[in-house]
This record gives sequence, C-alpha cells and structure tokens, in this order.
Amino acid sequence: MAMALANNGVNVQALLDAREALKGAPGATAFTWRATCKWQTGTYSKTNVKGFFGLGQEQSHRTETSFEADHPEIFAAEDRGITPIEYVLVGLASCLTAGIAAVAQNRGVQLNSVESQLEGKMDIRGILGMDSDVRNGYDDIKVTFKIDADADRKEIEAIVAQSQKRSAVYDVISNPVNVTVEVA
Amino acid sequence: MIGAGHAGLAASRLLTERSIDHVVLERGEVANSWRRERWDSLRLLTPNWQSRLPGHSYDGPDPDGYMTAGEVADFIGRYAAVTHAPVRTGTAVTSLTGDGDGYRFETTTGELRSRCVVIASGACNRPSVPAVRTAIPPSIAQFTTFDYRKPADLPDGGVMVVGPSATGLQLASELHQAGRPVTISVGEHVRLPRTYRGRDVLWWMDRSGVWNQRYDEIDDLTRARRLPSPQLVGTPERKTLDLNALGAMGVQIVGRLAAVRDGRALFSGGLRNLFALADLKMERLLDTFDAWAATPACDADVGAPERFGPTRVPDSSPLQLDLRDGRIRSIVWATGYKPDYRWLSVPVLDEKGHLRHDGGVVESPGMYALGLPVLRRRKSTFIHGIEDDARDVIDHLAQYLAGARAAAGL
Repeated sequence: MAMALANNGVNVQALLDAREALKGAPGATAFTWRATCKWQTGTYSKTNVKGFFGLGQEQSHRTETSFEADHPEIFAAEDRGITPIEYVLVGLASCLTAGIAAVAQNRGVQLNSVESQLEGKMDIRGILGMDSDVRNGYDDIKVTFKIDADADRKEIEAIVAQSQKRSAVYDVISNPVNVTVEVA
Repeated sequence: MIGAGHAGLAASRLLTERSIDHVVLERGEVANSWRRERWDSLRLLTPNWQSRLPGHSYDGPDPDGYMTAGEVADFIGRYAAVTHAPVRTGTAVTSLTGDGDGYRFETTTGELRSRCVVIASGACNRPSVPAVRTAIPPSIAQFTTFDYRKPADLPDGGVMVVGPSATGLQLASELHQAGRPVTISVGEHVRLPRTYRGRDVLWWMDRSGVWNQRYDEIDDLTRARRLPSPQLVGTPERKTLDLNALGAMGVQIVGRLAAVRDGRALFSGGLRNLFALADLKMERLLDTFDAWAATPACDADVGAPERFGPTRVPDSSPLQLDLRDGRIRSIVWATGYKPDYRWLSVPVLDEKGHLRHDGGVVESPGMYALGLPVLRRRKSTFIHGIEDDARDVIDHLAQYLAGARAAAGL
C-alpha cells in the first residue's frame, strides 16, 4: 500500500534498472569526479565543477557551479566564502540526505521532512603546528537527523543506517583513501 | 558425489533409497574438515537435538549441549557406517571435466566417469584473507583459522583478531582468557543472543520458520549468501558471546581494518553504524519470533519477551595502531572461508570464484551442489538443514537421469 503512495521524488526504479544493466557492463561503472580550483588572493579561492566521467564517456552537469572558500575573520582572513573543512560537512549532509530519500523510496516510506545538524570537532593546534600529536582535521563528526516520515522510529533508524552504509562521502571520511598531490 | 561430509553422505543415502548407483569421493577420511582443519575448542553453534540427518539423529544424554568438532566427526562417521555409504576415502579429485553427456574425474586413485556429479565439498575449504595481509610488517605472525589451534600456538604478547563472525568472537574470547591483550577488528556482523525467552535462539530460528525461508523468497540473496556467521558460541552455560560481552571482558574493539600504511593499521571510523545495523536486524528478528509466539502455531512454553541493550560504543576506539611497536605480536584472520574449486575445469564459476547455481542446480546439465550458504533455504549450511535441500536436489537429479534414459529410448 505505502509502496504505491510514497513519493520522495527519487526514481528508484531507474536506479535498480541501472544496477541490473551495469552487471553486464564492466568498465561503465568507473567514474571520475573532477573539480578545478583557482587561487584568488589570501586564503580565498574559487573552485568550479562541471564535467565528470562515467558510463564510459565524458559527462557534464547542466550548469557549472562555483564554490568560494576562504577563512573566517578570526583567522585574520576576509571570510569571502566558507572554510574548506566546512565543505566536508556539506558533502556529508547532502550525501546522507540523498541516501535517506532513496532508501525511503525503495522501502515505500513517505518522507515529510528531513533536517539535519552537523558538528565537526577539531583542535586547531594541529593546523597551527603547535602539537604534532594533534591531527589536522576533524577528530569527531556528529550528524543529528530530525525526520518526519510515515514510518515508526525503528524504520526511520533503519533507513538512516542504510543510508550511511551506502554513502560515498561517509565512506571516504570514515575510511582511509589514497591521495596523490603533485605539481604538473 | 564429491565430499564425504554431512551433505555428501545425506545425499548418498537418498540416492541409495532410489537405487541410483553412485560413489562418494573423499580426499581424506569421512568428515575430514572437522577432524583436521579446525581449532581445538570448536563446538557446533547448533544444539545437539538439531543434529539430524536423513534417518539419523542425536540420541545422546545432552540434547541441549553443543558437540565438539571431534564429536561432530564421530557423529558423521557413524552416519557413514549405518547408511553403508559407498565412500572412497583418500581419493582427491584433481580434475573434473565435461565428457559427452557426463563427466570425467581424474583422482589421486584413478579415473572415473559419471552421468551426474554432486559437489558437496563444502563452502569452507580455504581461508579467505583480505589483500591487506601483504602490507602487515614481517615482525607480526599471521594465522588463519586453518593454522590456529590454541592460544599457546601464538607468540607471546598482544593479538589482533580480524573479523566479527562467530569464529572471530570465539577466538578473541579464548585468547583473552589465556591472558593475551586482544584487539578485535569489526566489520559487518550478525548479533544474536544465545537464548531468547528461555529457549536456544536456534530453537526459535527452527520453529518459527525463519530458517526455512527459501532462497527465492529472499530480497538480497547475494548478501544473504555472504553474511558472516551469527555471533554465537556453544558452551555448557549457554552464554551469549556478543561484542558487549567481549567489551566487558576487556577486549579492545576497533573498526574494520581498512588499510595498513607505513606499518600502521588504519581502522574505519564507521563502528557506530555497524552496531546500529546489527542491533536493528537483531530487534527485527526478535520481533518476528514474538509475532510467531503469539500465534497458535507456537505450542511450546516460552518466557516473556526480552530486549537486549544496544551494542555499546567503546569510550575510546583507536583509528590506528602501530604494528611495529611490539604491542601486537600476531594477527588471526577470522575473515571467512571460501570453497576450493581449483580442480573444477567445467566453466561454472562466476567472476568471484563462486559456483553459479539455482538452488543447487548448476547450469551444466547433470551437475549439482549441496551444502553452500542459503543454497535453497536459510538453514542450508547447518547440519539439519541438509535434508530438505538434498531431497530437492536429488529429486531433480533423478528426473534428469530418467529424462536422459527416456531420450536414449531405454
């Protein structure tokens, strides 16, 4: 019953069909996401995102998006954009939220509202080079969801757990990844 | 028939009932894995009363106990004797190829031909160890569940057990009790209490029908087939061995071993969600039991519904450990098993090396499999789970033979 009525705006059938189709298409599942960044002045930079590679060919977003990053004034900067580490929270929040919508749709659960608050804890002694035992980045990230849905608390908790299990950003934050930075 | 374990012997008995001529090839002796390839303290996860095979069941003094590996081997050995199974021991299959309308076997004791073949060599022939093992510093001794026998086999000092299956938790507990500082690395897992409402949790799996769920009724069969074994241990006290029990003992719980970099083990920070997933799945299963217990189908005495607290997240769980500082001297990989099909030259394996089959019917005509996870039912790999699967598979095999005979005009 709920199955037919739930509409969270996610085309789950298309995703399930894609999963089936990709089973016979080795190579098509390899994606490369890209960004280009240009220094402006001080700690201010602009990063643009438009093209990516996937399904065996070049792809493109409908429009190019520009993201500005800087540091706040208490860091003696001019605060022309959010702090780079805050973009990590943006990525995590939007990834988990998209996952919740998709998982809920797949389980026939209608979502009425999904809101979350994110907190990333960090000791700046790391980036300031004051103590080599303190890491640079977050040492703890907390996400708190407030969800209104046509489901009981247990079902909602299960949807949130499943969205973490299938989240790319959650994975890349909670597990190590190889990073290569070089000068061209 | 390849393999004289419980699966091959159960199927052999059903073939004998139908007067289908066959032979059971066994690389070692009957119940070989139980005799030679498991650790000393191993006991079955299922209570003795559940140890039943076609025409054979446990008749000892302790129906609620759990057999040791040696007792299982004896139980299966007795079954081979009473069923007069045509077992050829010490006969390892070195090659199986298609041959006209049948199969040709090369074995260590000679060549054979057959119309049909049933692969009952088991799902646990070789340890499955992740690729990260190659990055472990050479100062650390590495063991799999095939070469670990007892705590004293390990060099003195700390141990890291990798894997949260029944095996991983049992070995972590046993090593801790032997006085070792133990760290367990935890990925996706299945949490279960040993007893629920006064009954063994596997009594509930059996009676409520959960174990009988068929493979074609399961949403994500691939996942169901690769789930780690439920966190259970068979002890006389029927104690629950979950991560809370290990944590209370003082075993250090860390996330999934994600990488080893510069001699440091790096663990996933996703432990909380793994706990949440396991707790939610256990609750859902207990809900299923409660719903069944409220129906007339449940005619047994059971206690009041119970709920168990969530898995406790450790106060501090390191995200990395230096494997060169001497605190960890050995690693035990309890990361699962895989079947060994190196002898199988018929192209019936998928890209991950698993047999492609539909409920034990392999796509090569006349080839069958038994004793693999969720082969036809959730209970497929348990000893008592073989009977229904073997009947279905041997039915199919008998029809295939009859069809082949009819086609030949015999």
